[in-house]
Formats: sequence, C-alpha cells, structure tokens
Amino acid sequence: MASVTIAGQEVHINEEGFMTDPSEWNEEIARFLARQIGIDELTEDHWAVIRFLRADFAEQGETATLRRVSTSAGVPTKQLYELFPNKPARKMAYVSGLPKPKGCV
Amino acid sequence: MTTAPEGFFTPDFDDSTDRKLCIICSKGTLDMAYPALIMANGALEEGIEVHLFFTFWGLDIIRKKTVDKLTVTPVGNTAMRMGGTSLAMPQLLGVLPGMSSMASWMMKRKIAGIDIPTVHEFITHVADAGAHLWACKASVDMMGLSGGDFVDEVEETINVARFLKLSEGAQMLFV
Repeated sequence: MASVTIAGQEVHINEEGFMTDPSEWNEEIARFLARQIGIDELTEDHWAVIRFLRADFAEQGETATLRRVSTSAGVPTKQLYELFPNKPARKMAYVSGLPKPKGCV
Repeated sequence: MTTAPEGFFTPDFDDSTDRKLCIICSKGTLDMAYPALIMANGALEEGIEVHLFFTFWGLDIIRKKTVDKLTVTPVGNTAMRMGGTSLAMPQLLGVLPGMSSMASWMMKRKIAGIDIPTVHEFITHVADAGAHLWACKASVDMMGLSGGDFVDEVEETINVARFLKLSEGAQMLFV
C-alpha cells in the first residue's frame, strides 16, 4: 500500500490505485481523481451518485452496484454509463474513494 | 489535467478495449436466462461490447407473452436438491403437478433476495447499459412469430449470416 498527498491530504492507495480508507476522502480529492480518469468536471448529476455511494457505503459496508444505484438512488442505468463512461461501476467507486463493488449485478 | 503528486497512479481502466462478447441464448428456462444476463451485464460493466442472440426456446426470454413467465423444472435436473440438503430430488417427485411452479417460485424468491432483477427488468438494464439484443430469423419463422411479439429492447430479427458478421472476432458463449 502506498501513500500519496492529494490536495494537502494524505491518502492511502492499494496496488490497483484505489483509495483504501474512505475517511481520507473529501470533495477536492474526488475532483482530482475524476480529472485523472478523464472526467474533467463533476456535475451535479455526478455528485448525486457520489453522495449516494458514500452514504450507502457508510450504512451497508460495501460499495453499491450499478443496479443498486439505479433502483435506490433513482439514477437510470443509461445515465450512469454517460456519467462514468465504459466502466461506471468501478469509476464511480474510484472517484468516491470506495472499494470496487463486489456484487455481480 | 492537474499534475499528479509523486507516487500517485490511476487504476488501469483500460478504456480502449475492443473486446466483444456474443451470447447465443437457446434455452428459455429461468436457469438458462439468468446466467446469460448476468454474464452480459458483467461484461458491459467491463466496457465490453455485448450481443445477445436469442434462438429456439431462447426466444421465450424476449417474448412479451413469456418473459415474465419463465420457469425452471426439477424434471431431468439431477442438480436439484431438496431444501438445501445434498439429497437429490427424486425424479418421480418432479413430475407431480405443481412441482415446477414451486421450483420456479423458489428460484425467483432467492434471486429477488439477493437483489437481482426479474428477467424483464434485467433485459431493460442490460439494454440500457448498451447490450444489443437480436432474435434469430429461422426460429422466429419456425414459431410463426414477428418483431411485435418481442420486448422493445430487441433491436431486430436477423439471420445467421448477419449474426456471424457482427460477431466477427468476438468471444462466443452458447447457452
């Protein structure tokens, strides 16, 4: 596990590059992580997903799958693919400072 | 792009993948529909292009009349166990009236219990995620069906030649 400093905050990342401690995350870090993977601006729609993921993780102890985000947060699947292109499940978790979702659906 | 701090690296999201997965769905039972849909969904989440080709009994998965009525039967299924034990269900029990309905009800309940959508919802979900759904022309003709018999997510009825063309270079799964 490596530690890096992002926006003045020390952050731990695993061998894949995902943050390992959700409590080290903040919105400035989210903006930075998003830019690194080609999402230049986080819109209100992005934030709605990120906030849901963070709150849901705090409650459930695991990262929500796309299906869960679409049914529980009411964000349509199509929109998730537009907001976080190609690999939405992993990318939204990454930007939110959470582990990759474990569920299949 | 902001300069990354020392030691920072991004995960390899491999956005440039040109992988393509084609799944031929030839059976119309619950236990044949779900593996294909779950695999398709997983592939889509990995950025893989997905095509589902429904043929023969697989057409039941996309027919408006049957999509919500798929079943699973204990008959001829030696993997069907009784009540979570390792005891195989006697085949003679499987043929009793109501056994298939009961097995189907149980499977649907278990699936819903782990938050996996119904087959119809799942079809909508994978189509929204970019999957392409095709009906097989020979089967459609054989069964006397037409495009209007299928759920809206099905793009078109195509023949084998077209399917082979669009599946060129793809990884193929026959379910």
